[in-house]
Amino acid sequence: MELLGLYHYWIFAVLLMIGFYAVIAKPNLIKKLIGLSIFQSAVFLLYITMGKVDGGTAPIFQAGVGDQVFSNPLPQVLILTAIVVGISTTALGLGIVVRIKEEYGSIEEHEIQEIDRQ
Amino acid sequence: MIVLFGIFLLTLMVITALAIVQTQHLFVAVILAGIFSLLMAANFFLLDAADVALTEAAIGAGISTVLFLGALALTAEHERAASANRLLALGVVAVTTLIVIYATFDKPRFGDPEAPVHQHVAPWYLERTPETIDIPNVVTAVLASFRGYDTLGEVFVVLTAGIGVLFLFGAKPRRKAGPPRLAAHEPGDGLRHYLIPRVVGRLLIPFILLFGLYVQFHGEYGPGGGFQAGAIVAAAVILYALLEGEAQALRVLPQRLLNGLIAGGALLYGAVGVAGMLLGGSFLDYSVLTANPVTGQHIGILLIEVGVGITVTGVLISVFHAFAARGRV
Repeated sequence: MELLGLYHYWIFAVLLMIGFYAVIAKPNLIKKLIGLSIFQSAVFLLYITMGKVDGGTAPIFQAGVGDQVFSNPLPQVLILTAIVVGISTTALGLGIVVRIKEEYGSIEEHEIQEIDRQ
Repeated sequence: MIVLFGIFLLTLMVITALAIVQTQHLFVAVILAGIFSLLMAANFFLLDAADVALTEAAIGAGISTVLFLGALALTAEHERAASANRLLALGVVAVTTLIVIYATFDKPRFGDPEAPVHQHVAPWYLERTPETIDIPNVVTAVLASFRGYDTLGEVFVVLTAGIGVLFLFGAKPRRKAGPPRLAAHEPGDGLRHYLIPRVVGRLLIPFILLFGLYVQFHGEYGPGGGFQAGAIVAAAVILYALLEGEAQALRVLPQRLLNGLIAGGALLYGAVGVAGMLLGGSFLDYSVLTANPVTGQHIGILLIEVGVGITVTGVLISVFHAFAARGRV
């Protein structure tokens, strides 16, 4: 159990940085947005991992069952809304990428900078 | 057994993420991102977050993939070669990963009930939910009632993003003289000429809508609520638009109606808050809505969840139409 906990946190670190790498190293704007959503998912994973309690269950009361141990509902509330807000901002980002493509004819970062310099 | 399953899922997620970054084919990357979301949803479920898992499956694996594919259709399917500062980026990423991993050794043990995160307000919410709100799902109780302000804010973020996309695509694109399209593959026609997707899709849509309504109105008792239901209903309508073509979907749900839904849901949420004020309570205090405070909470939560669901449905469908309509011009 000890190791699985640390493993969760390590996976969080690795996923976070895979997403971050896509954002900083990939010149393609859509790839950057995918990287950003991986980055975001990693943060979600960290929050949900922290809310887990040993032997716990989803925080939903069941009639007739007493003495239930619940996992922490707060991170879940936070992340639930964050996922929906995440897709909205991603949609906005994709909209901007499409407009950039229409104006510049490219979604590669360096080509756009090249056109801007002219 | 669950431990092994968890490790398996997490490892698969890392492999998927690496494949996403590595591939140069953006279509492959988007489909892999959908798989990544599905794995993430399964993982959330293992970590007792049923509500979050439902949301991630509906939004990350469903709607998000459709939006990315819509954007790909309007841009390019392949990315060019990587940039020159790749080694520098790799170095930064490697060092940061090591620092974050070093920091994890200070974290409380996984699943430790004594961890600081479980000590502050969380027990209070778990204790108070049965007596003050009396609904089984504590996540919904916190989301809709205790922290109703935050959720109202999130709804406004969704609303603003939807308006932003509609604004971005409001400008007419410059027309380019392209080769004329073949009549059989007119994008506005959807999959009308393909028998099997059409038959299967038609069968599925009513059940998806029914499931959406169930998730919407059962959110107080089980995993679910407005956010998830909005995404599921939007997925049903998007499936309809893919099968029957854009024009037909817009005939069924005109853009004007969608605009009304986007604003109406947020308005309904705000109106419930104001109603509480008019009845002598504070903003978003549902206890004063009826004579019995607990019944008031039930009614308030039901109404604001409907508001959330309506806004999320409207925004997601409008965003889809905005991308799809752009492709046709």
